[in-house]
Amino acid sequence: MTDMTQDLTFAARSQWWDVWEQFKTHRGALFGMIVFATILAVCFIGPLIWPVDASTVNIGARNQGMSLAHPFGTDQLGRDLFARLMMGGRISLVVGSAAMILSIVIGTAVGMISGFFRLVDGVLMRLTDLFLALPLLPLLLVLSMLFRDPLSAVFGVELGTLLLIVAAISLTSWMGTARVVRSDVLTLKEREFVLAARSIGVPTWRIMPRHILPNVLSSIMVSATLMMATAIMTESALSFLGLGFPPEFATWGRLVSDGIDYLQDYPGRAILPGFLISLTVLSINYIGDGLRDALDPRIRGH
Amino acid sequence: MLTFTLRRLFLMVPTLLVIALAIFLLLELSPGDPMSQLPLSIPEDVREGLRAALGLGDPWYVRFLRWLYLFAVVEPSHMLAAATGLDNLAIEGPRLISFQTRSPVADLIMQRLPQTLWVVGLSYLVGTLLALPIGIYSAYRQYGWFDQFGVLISMAGFSLPSFFTGPVLILVFSIWLGWFPTVYDTMLTVSDWSSFWLQVRQMILPVAVLSLLNLAQISRFVRASVLDNLGQDYVRTARAKGMTERVVLLVHVLRNSMIPVVTVIALGFPTVFTGAIITEQLFRVNGIGQLLITSIYASDVPTVMTLSVIFAALVVFFNLVADVLYGLLDPRIRYD
Repeated sequence: MTDMTQDLTFAARSQWWDVWEQFKTHRGALFGMIVFATILAVCFIGPLIWPVDASTVNIGARNQGMSLAHPFGTDQLGRDLFARLMMGGRISLVVGSAAMILSIVIGTAVGMISGFFRLVDGVLMRLTDLFLALPLLPLLLVLSMLFRDPLSAVFGVELGTLLLIVAAISLTSWMGTARVVRSDVLTLKEREFVLAARSIGVPTWRIMPRHILPNVLSSIMVSATLMMATAIMTESALSFLGLGFPPEFATWGRLVSDGIDYLQDYPGRAILPGFLISLTVLSINYIGDGLRDALDPRIRGH
Repeated sequence: MLTFTLRRLFLMVPTLLVIALAIFLLLELSPGDPMSQLPLSIPEDVREGLRAALGLGDPWYVRFLRWLYLFAVVEPSHMLAAATGLDNLAIEGPRLISFQTRSPVADLIMQRLPQTLWVVGLSYLVGTLLALPIGIYSAYRQYGWFDQFGVLISMAGFSLPSFFTGPVLILVFSIWLGWFPTVYDTMLTVSDWSSFWLQVRQMILPVAVLSLLNLAQISRFVRASVLDNLGQDYVRTARAKGMTERVVLLVHVLRNSMIPVVTVIALGFPTVFTGAIITEQLFRVNGIGQLLITSIYASDVPTVMTLSVIFAALVVFFNLVADVLYGLLDPRIRYD
């Protein structure tokens, strides 16, 4: 008797445990996760261990190479590059995750509503098409030119720019998620379990979060990782073009664009932040790849 | 098929009108003032006169309609006149003038277009031509060493931003090895072999940067599509009938797997124009992307407006092209 209970408890595994088991077998994804966790840890915990201010100008110590005092050297104004890289990483990661969350929320909402309610489907899908046809980078550039000053005046420079960039990126990137979620919802709502829920009198507003949402979650998660990678890239591109954060905020994109002027003499200054952007995006993409495999029940268990 | 195409072409017009209006209203909110570049010593009434001369005094809907008329009627007539040599085709009167340079926007675009077409078009061509064999061979030997390498390359192409690959290539090939120039010289005229060689050398780096991105995206699609087809019954039939592997892969599978790939290539066409903004900035290519960014900095509303609408038109148009191609190539898909 006791043996049987033990067997039962052993057999009881959650879905997420299965997903993790499958995820672990994807070498690239596991590696990506370790790299991403390291970057996260260094950017957010690093300043506690390396408390050098990123914007302190020290002309006497400018353009230094690698040393114990400055592990990655200093820039043309003598600012510590290691501290600036950590600061840039914090901004990039915060912008990336915030933009990802907002864009996923918008995309999921639009996708769920247009998949579920035929009445608004046409309108919402035309809207999605319209947004897909809008030229993204120009639009982002115009948006950041337009609203930078008003938002900075209300929320302060740092928070204002952050809000602006997050809003601009997510407003121009939710369409993919919306389409994926809509197509999932369209097939799900015809399934038997939804019919069963309806037949026992579950109202629509309860069916959507309780029965539909958990089933589209896997597509949303894959979409979310890709979105975060894109958001970090877009933010860096904006900063690189000088339309992101103001100069005193050392985002990775801006560090690259500042470093390019000194490429000949101090190549590390442009290459390092560029390398960090690439490494972050690459690791997130690999995590997304692993998640896609792990969340697909057809692949899982093989 | 024809009715579908015509209907979609017809639908393009309202879509583009809405997009143009959206961009116009967005620019309308812009705090940037084209007058801010002028010296402060200009008296206020002259300033007002200048604003009126630029047509800034009218209400927004008048200006939008005027822009629309200039964009859709006057400028095309001038282009047509220049193309055919018949001067009387061109409509008399004001033209769509850039605030920044005081010359017609169409002329600016025509000046910048060749550089963009050469660099971006060539990189798209190179990326596609490389992506096809890589994708096909990766799929044929799935999980082989070449496939693993191909996946890594396409992952890298997705993840490395052009403002990282660009400086790395400049550093290695221009500064350390000294093979190629760092800056694209648009004044260079190709007249003999040596200047042609210079032109080739200065194009290699920007084309390489842009090709990597295209290569990554297209090779992934080719691989997925060929993999899909390799598992189909007709492949087994072809092999059973004694076709050589070469014929099976390059005739039977390839033709069928090209259907989605062709649409992806068509869809990617317009994004290359906007994607070139950063690369053009990096290598100082004075193409369309650079024109857009300098116009945004200078609050040059007519140029930004015109370029954005052209980009949007390209996206909408190539969406249509992709759909039509899909219907033409795949007999299972019929729109009517």
